Amino acid sequence: MSHIRAGMNDLIKDIPDELDKHLLNDFQYGFPLEPRPFKKIAERLGTTEDVVIDRLNELQNQGVVSRVGAVFRANSIGASTLAAMSVPEARLEDIAAMVSGYSEVNHNYQREHHFNLWFVVTACDEQALNAVLDDIEHRSGLPVMYLPMQEDFHIDLGFDLKWT
Amino acid sequence: MKVQLRQPPLPQQATLDERDEALITLIQTGLPLSKTPFADLGKSLGMDEVEVISRLKCLIDEKVIKRFGVVVRHHELGYRANAMVVWDIPDDSISELGSCLGQFDFVTLCYRRPRRLPEWPYNLFTMIHGQDRDDVLENVRLLVESCGLTEVGHNVLFSTRRFKQRGAIYRKTEMTD
Repeated sequence: MSHIRAGMNDLIKDIPDELDKHLLNDFQYGFPLEPRPFKKIAERLGTTEDVVIDRLNELQNQGVVSRVGAVFRANSIGASTLAAMSVPEARLEDIAAMVSGYSEVNHNYQREHHFNLWFVVTACDEQALNAVLDDIEHRSGLPVMYLPMQEDFHIDLGFDLKWT
Repeated sequence: MKVQLRQPPLPQQATLDERDEALITLIQTGLPLSKTPFADLGKSLGMDEVEVISRLKCLIDEKVIKRFGVVVRHHELGYRANAMVVWDIPDDSISELGSCLGQFDFVTLCYRRPRRLPEWPYNLFTMIHGQDRDDVLENVRLLVESCGLTEVGHNVLFSTRRFKQRGAIYRKTEMTD
């Protein structure tokens, strides 16, 4: 379908072309909220609406773009918390898979620390959130340290990508 | 209740009506990549594109939506290293130092969270991306220098494995496509 149909493992070798760079970098915020947004973007980048849509589709298929859309402020809708567990190495794989299995868990990482499993749980309200945390504790037999956000100091203007 | 969420200086809980909620549910997974994405989105909600767009603008004004645009995955773009860098900041200077840290573009999150003593003394959480570990550590040094944090305890938790990453689903929906 496209000239750089990269396998997931090859992505990094493909330095995006100029158009892709602009698509990735210039519209992380300030996306045109108008009836034909991709036409507007195309005009700004000197290309066509079809090409913009095609490239964004491709970047999304490759996993480079997660989505074109909204980043919601934490806890402005629904309820969420960061949570951490200290999992014995031998059980990490299994526990991590169990945690990832919840649709309420959207990020789940191993990190270099005594608390080695870190994940974010998001649900429609506090009750649903606590039910998931309780369930994870129950099934793993391990305590979950939960760290809900109290204040957000970050101004989100996206992330300035640098290509070398 | 296990988790007591508090939202001190955040904007007041926005007043969302049912139509906002329906729109939020539908837009969680992103815009359709079509020529008229807002109109297409509105179809299943019984909204025209004027209403979809004006509601989205309100949600942005009310800061329910923090940012609207292309959401990239850092890892896939060569930013292979990411660390959660946590800081033990004196409570009375957390606003000042939090704001200082939150302004750097390589800091992609900057949240105050509770300490859990004795095992967890850190109350400010930043996420820092870099092309490799040295890049991340260089950024941490820059933060320490720029915000005057030499006396502040911190810890760098590199991620070693990503088990799952996707946008949050706030509202479950029966719609699957």
